[in-house]
Amino acid sequence: MKLFVSEGNPHCLKVLAALEVTGVQCSVQYVNHEEKVVPFLSRPVLPALLLPSGLHLFSSNAICRYLFEVSGQESSELCNQWLEWEATDLQPALLQALHMAVLQGKGSEVSKVLQGPLKFLDQSLTKGGKPYLNGDTVSLADLVLWAALYPVLSDSSLALGEHKSVNSWFDRVASIHSCLSAAQKVLQGKGLQGMKSYMQRQPAPQSNQCRDTQPCNSNPAEGEEGERDFSEEEMEAAALTWSKGLSTSPVVTDRQHPILPQEGKRNILVTSALPYVNNVPHLGNIIGCVLSADVFSRYGRLRDWNLLFVCGTDEYGTATENKAREEGLTPQLICDKYHAVHSSIYKWFQIDFDFFGRTTTEKQTEIAQNIFWRLHKNGFLVEDTVEQLRCENCQRFLADRFVEGICPHCKYPEARGDQCDKCGRLINAVELREPQCKVCRQTPVIRSSKHLFLDLPKLETQLEQWLEKSTSTGDWTANAKQITRSWLRDGLKPRCITRDLLWGTPVPHPDFKEKVFYVWFDAPIGYLSITANYTDKWEKWWKNPHQVELYNFMAKDNVPFHSVVFPCSLLGAQDNYTLVNHLVATEYLNYEDTKFSKSRGVGVFGDMAKDTGIPADVWRFYLLYVRPEGQDSAFSWADMALKNNSELLNNLGNFINRAGMFVAKFFEGCVPVMELQQEDKRLLALVGWELQQYIQLMDKVKIRDALKHILNISRHGNQYIQVNEPWKKIKGGDTERQRAGTVTGVSVNIACLLSVMLMPYMPAVSQTIRDQLNAPQSCVNTMLQGTGTFVCSLCAGHRIGTVSPLFQKLEADQIEALKKRFGGQQPEDEPSKEKKTPQSTASPQPAAVPATAAADEVAMVNGVDPEKAKQLTQAVAEQGDKVRALKAQKAEKAVITAEVAKLLDLKKQLALAEGKSPEPAPQKGKKK
Amino acid sequence: MALRELSSLEKYLGLKKPNKYSTQGDKKVPVLQNNNGPPLLGLATIACHLVKEAKRPELLGDTAENRAVVQQWLEYRVTRLDSCTKEDIKIILKDLNLYLQDKVYLAGNQFTVADTLVYYGIHPLMVDLAVQEKEQYVNVTRWFDHIQHYPGVRHHLPPVVVLRNRIYTSRHH
Repeated sequence: MKLFVSEGNPHCLKVLAALEVTGVQCSVQYVNHEEKVVPFLSRPVLPALLLPSGLHLFSSNAICRYLFEVSGQESSELCNQWLEWEATDLQPALLQALHMAVLQGKGSEVSKVLQGPLKFLDQSLTKGGKPYLNGDTVSLADLVLWAALYPVLSDSSLALGEHKSVNSWFDRVASIHSCLSAAQKVLQGKGLQGMKSYMQRQPAPQSNQCRDTQPCNSNPAEGEEGERDFSEEEMEAAALTWSKGLSTSPVVTDRQHPILPQEGKRNILVTSALPYVNNVPHLGNIIGCVLSADVFSRYGRLRDWNLLFVCGTDEYGTATENKAREEGLTPQLICDKYHAVHSSIYKWFQIDFDFFGRTTTEKQTEIAQNIFWRLHKNGFLVEDTVEQLRCENCQRFLADRFVEGICPHCKYPEARGDQCDKCGRLINAVELREPQCKVCRQTPVIRSSKHLFLDLPKLETQLEQWLEKSTSTGDWTANAKQITRSWLRDGLKPRCITRDLLWGTPVPHPDFKEKVFYVWFDAPIGYLSITANYTDKWEKWWKNPHQVELYNFMAKDNVPFHSVVFPCSLLGAQDNYTLVNHLVATEYLNYEDTKFSKSRGVGVFGDMAKDTGIPADVWRFYLLYVRPEGQDSAFSWADMALKNNSELLNNLGNFINRAGMFVAKFFEGCVPVMELQQEDKRLLALVGWELQQYIQLMDKVKIRDALKHILNISRHGNQYIQVNEPWKKIKGGDTERQRAGTVTGVSVNIACLLSVMLMPYMPAVSQTIRDQLNAPQSCVNTMLQGTGTFVCSLCAGHRIGTVSPLFQKLEADQIEALKKRFGGQQPEDEPSKEKKTPQSTASPQPAAVPATAAADEVAMVNGVDPEKAKQLTQAVAEQGDKVRALKAQKAEKAVITAEVAKLLDLKKQLALAEGKSPEPAPQKGKKK
Repeated sequence: MALRELSSLEKYLGLKKPNKYSTQGDKKVPVLQNNNGPPLLGLATIACHLVKEAKRPELLGDTAENRAVVQQWLEYRVTRLDSCTKEDIKIILKDLNLYLQDKVYLAGNQFTVADTLVYYGIHPLMVDLAVQEKEQYVNVTRWFDHIQHYPGVRHHLPPVVVLRNRIYTSRHH
């Protein structure tokens, strides 16, 4: 065991004193302040104790505690309490005090900093009335506190004031020889100055206020970043912008299809990853691609960009073929059926595609084959033989999912040809033991089959050059860049592009005429063919990299196909294709505590959302609010109810509704005259600032972050109304009425701005707000131009429409029912007994319950008292004996009845003390 | 916050009768109203008291060394974690990550009350970590995920999603 200390370090005083007092055998080594003794701490920390086990203790209090324990003195709870107080309360104050006294020469101000803790200590000692903190003998607590306070209390120049009990206690402990000798060793008799070199190496203490008011634990969602300060000029500028009103530029006309790139405009092509046709998309799929792309597209149109948003179902592949077999339909019929399912789901979610197509079209064959021939001609395709399973009975090669067998790794009997569901390992189909054709259950044979490979290594240099440019100039999400980088770092290998299947785009090469393209090669070409089905001039979008900016939206699992594989196909084709400029990938959305799972029935799937009775706009809002942007997130019913009730209903909806109602009720439905005062201008500046943040974030596709600024604006608005109380002022004199008018007018204009900012997120609600306010259409395309301009769009005299509430409360029982309905068989992770405690049965309500309320509830389950229960149990037993004895003696009935009554009363009290229901247990009285 | 932790700890310990708490001061230091003596002050102190009350002394460490280690991390929790600034967070995670490199629990191979309280205290930091950062502090994340799934510990806190498969350094093909 070895103790490391440094001279002049006040913390070392404690441990040296403890070492001397306890007499524990331990070598002591003096080291430099900078010496890194504890291997896992990045900053040097002293003292440190190297334990016999090889572990280091780095907290001086823990070291003292250990020394005391090995010498046979365990610390009491009171002692624990003093040590915790020393660490959390006294030390921060001491650090600040020493910093002032030793380094800043402000010894006179130290007293202020230490007043609180010293007073607390003094009161405790006085109240205790004992010579030491824990009674009549000196304890670990006395030693630690004494040593901590020694540097300041032993220096009379600091004038810490009169703390009588502290002073006598301090002198009492100082009379222990070991203590003073430890002090001598550390401070060398130099007093405070002995600590100078140590203090110089410590980070400056944070002031106390800062520690208390800004703990990192504050909830970032609700955490408003203090009050922003605006200069006079900023406020005047905001007021000037406001006064400009709506621009007179022509109103954005309706979209004219087909939308084609235009000279002099920002031409933006937006794609969302093509959903696979045979699955009903779940909420995670929806937020990951189509919804995110929709919000951005709607925003882009508001920004007056020339924008085309295409998507469609990805329909080829084995999964479709299997599904067709299951349902007894042809693959084409399966695709037709599920394409319609997808379309209706997206329609319900108000996904505003310019065109929603599919991949099983002639255009797909035409374009895919064209790209294929170009790759072939340019020498980017290589041939290779692959060993594959072939079913002689069905006369075909069995692709991954058409074969089952025993897993070579874990012996699971139903492993698929590409992966084992049990152990999760990837399998090469020929490795399967006892393989079976999934269709006819015959045993397949191994045959070699010729396949074509895209020669990625040959395209690697070109790819890297392009990636370098695209990722540095475009907005690629961090995960997209990372995943791409890791693919490149591992080195690219040729990838097979052909497959032995029927349901796919046929390979046009005569040597491969029985084969189709592998989906990963084929599917992204769907973007092109879908556009081609939208307009014959599709090449104006797809072979026009100079005029067009391409945004791809997807979930992160799709990144490599969009950043590496598909670009390689297009680069190799050498036909001036438009390559992705901005690759926007989300992380995963989980469902409650688990994954979405169709087979287990866990989670909400697109087609079920509308059956919940919750409006599509609220679904959109919540999914966007928890959009897995930068990190995984989870859908939670309780949280959805909470966000609906707190953000939509109480914040946003409440503000917009109040603003409108004031106009309707107090000003006969006409926007009143506004005379801006300083406070109003400040609000305009604040709202303008939030608007600018929103635009900056949206331009960078930070959809979730931008949403927070919308909610901030309505929060500011609510506060503004709350402070100014127009409902009171309207009843006052002329100036007050004037003020009520201004506040109402500014508020209703903020509501109008909010409707515009909400448009990408909640299109229906946005339109409802403008209908209610009877807002001019031109407000839509004025305020989101440039860096954002908040103007007065509803001038004095403007007549608004009928105002009504925008949102409905989601009730706890409703949410609980939905949670059950979509929960599947959820894994239980809490012990089941927990379910029975009164607290948990009482709280199906959302996590809205404030932190303390829950704790209070726990503390308030009252009347329970085990001590009393024990006494009562005894009393009940005695009384029971007495009654039995009386009955045995055949005592008078009246006497027995009286004693029985006493017994029953005691039992009732006992039940209360045990926290049980006071209802008496069913009497078995009559049975005698 | 501290009160919810204590009530979660009570549930974990299986204490039948919930205690009465209040808080003191700006920092909302928890106070336990004790029937048999003066009130107890401070999160770590009360937590140790509850463990004793539940007769689970092994949760405070099974040897003198481990007991000191447990107390050290409890102190770390109430001093370093509870008042950390943005810059501190990185250092805390880095140090803990190194410390946990060869450990299952904070006190070696044994689950203790230090795991519970440091878990509660570090939860707000973990919630804010991006997937990449969780991978960067892989030992902390592993330990954290282990503790949050330790039967009966999580209670009042939402689970933090931890991916089993590494995304950013794994091979893809």
